[in-house]
Amino acid sequence: MLLEVRDLYVEFRTRDGVAKAVNGVTYSVDAGETLAVLGESGSGKSVTAQAVMGILDTPPGRITGGEVLFRGRDLLKLKEDARRAVRGAEMAMIFQDALSSLNPVLTVGDQLGEMFVVHRGMSRKDARAKAVELMDRVRIPAARERVGQYPHQFSGGMRQRIMIAMAMALEPALIIADEPTTALDVTVQAQVMELLAELRRELGMGLILITHDLGVVADVADRIAVMYAGRIVETAPVHDIYKAPAHPYTQGLLDSIPRLDHKGRELYAIKGLPPNLTAIPPGCPFHPRCPRARDVCRIDVPPLYRVSEERRSACHFWEETVDASSA
Amino acid sequence: MPPLLEVRDLVKHYPLTRGVLFRKQIGAVKAVDGVSFDLRPGETLGIVGESGCGKSTVAKMLVSLERPTSGRILYKGEDITGLSGRALKAVRRNIQMVFQDPYTSLNPRMTVGDIVGEPFDIHPEVAPKGDRRRKVRELLDVVGLNPEYINRYPHQFSGGQRQRIGIARGLALNPEIIVADEPVSALDVSVQAQVVNLMEKLQTEFGLAYVFIAHDLSIVRHISDRVGVMYLGRIVETGTDTEIYDHPTHPYTQALLSAVPVPDPEAREQRERILLTGDVPSPTGIPSGCRFRTRCWKARERCALEVPLLAVPAAFRDADTPARHDSACHFAEEKRVVPGDPRGHTG
Repeated sequence: MLLEVRDLYVEFRTRDGVAKAVNGVTYSVDAGETLAVLGESGSGKSVTAQAVMGILDTPPGRITGGEVLFRGRDLLKLKEDARRAVRGAEMAMIFQDALSSLNPVLTVGDQLGEMFVVHRGMSRKDARAKAVELMDRVRIPAARERVGQYPHQFSGGMRQRIMIAMAMALEPALIIADEPTTALDVTVQAQVMELLAELRRELGMGLILITHDLGVVADVADRIAVMYAGRIVETAPVHDIYKAPAHPYTQGLLDSIPRLDHKGRELYAIKGLPPNLTAIPPGCPFHPRCPRARDVCRIDVPPLYRVSEERRSACHFWEETVDASSA
Repeated sequence: MPPLLEVRDLVKHYPLTRGVLFRKQIGAVKAVDGVSFDLRPGETLGIVGESGCGKSTVAKMLVSLERPTSGRILYKGEDITGLSGRALKAVRRNIQMVFQDPYTSLNPRMTVGDIVGEPFDIHPEVAPKGDRRRKVRELLDVVGLNPEYINRYPHQFSGGQRQRIGIARGLALNPEIIVADEPVSALDVSVQAQVVNLMEKLQTEFGLAYVFIAHDLSIVRHISDRVGVMYLGRIVETGTDTEIYDHPTHPYTQALLSAVPVPDPEAREQRERILLTGDVPSPTGIPSGCRFRTRCWKARERCALEVPLLAVPAAFRDADTPARHDSACHFAEEKRVVPGDPRGHTG
């Protein structure tokens, strides 16, 4: 296994108390595999990724438990300089907002080349040539002419390509992409996702795709982990989950999105709001919004029940949920 | 029924100038470049398009936040583009707006009661002074918020609740038309559905007509009776939801629809993707002829020379099919690009 996150806990100290952002998350990605981590804002999907990358702001954040095993080594036990050697070279991250993730006063060539200067000790001239090569690879037209330009001179889609180029520069084994296409228009989004999938295949990388978009997940993922209130509520191969979700939250999400292929009647709406992370409800955190909630849900935190070899669901009533959704 | 709104050849150009003392115009950003449509009472017209296509500028002109460079907007037959003062104020009462960002469109220093009641300061005839608090409570109740929250501030609400406050403010003056510019795109999926359902309920209850502007094609299909697809300042195709989604004839609409990720992993392999090359041209340098031709896989010589008009294409003029609707393409052809539903639901 390339990456295994085991029982990870992250807290944030805030003015209103301790926000429990990640509460025992376990997931894994293999080389060449795409894992989608799906969740709404505040579900803990990005915080988990930041803890894996080692870019969590501490304080206010604090990892209070768990392990992040990368090629068998627990990254949380490494010193910062050892961690830095892993970051960028062995695992890299792509962010949603390319404009604010790129340095506005450096040319894209300098920023791409920096990877090779810092990690590989290349000369600036060689690094420049590498930068042009990378820009070609992510299909930025006229790379040789544009390598000296600044981020603001590129369109949103092109900037996201530069981010991808930077993440791939050292051919890492794992890429974490946090909402990589959310800020892009749909036609550009399709181009960027296609590029990302192609590069992943070519280089045999593992990819963790963090998103809120069930459409994007269906398009590219092999497996999916659905998060709610800092926990994983369901994991499954991507084909199974769309046919018959095993958690009422997943089912609610699927039912609440309007469809492209027909007009449909009234949308299903999950009632209420996601919980406040400083006061997560006892028992199953989804119970106040769940149409299947019973007494046990208010008391016992559901474990990840085994639905099948490859599927888990954190619902006491996963069996009825699967039956109802496949009926 | 006669249309509530008739929009004709609406144009908004923002001049690009050079020099401070001797300003001279060196070009123009052609944000909206000849848009026409009708809006009938009680219907929803969806306008879709990518960023920079001019859809938000159209919205602003409809509610008189921007003055058109040329073209007309007729409200019940009367041209409102030249109005000012009292006459403009009277028209604005009937055409209200709901904004995209519930975080920046509400004044953080005002209570919810003051925000929702503010339209009454401008139009006191709708609610006499002593009656306003009661009216505001009623409005909060209508949009599904607890009327007891009247003295709270916007930061005490979630995004979805804030959007409800924005809708309540839009309803305050009993308008006939609501122009909603990306009203749900800032919201989480589970909350989006709540707000969309609320808007549909209010439409039936108050007989509202909506102009619903969004980039999310699925939501637009769900809520709209008719849809217009915009590209670089113009509507390139328009029709009923079935005509546009199931029988698109303009290449841009086809590319747009084929690029939407659908929540169905089975569609991955079956689906034909039309991947457009390049980016949208800048609105300061719109291509000659058909403005989509620089990204179109069908473009021929004629497309550079002749502007295609938004009309039923000759090929479909006598045909009895849903492909018979307005499409601004010289080489319009029907192409089905939206895959079916995996769980076998039907509309």
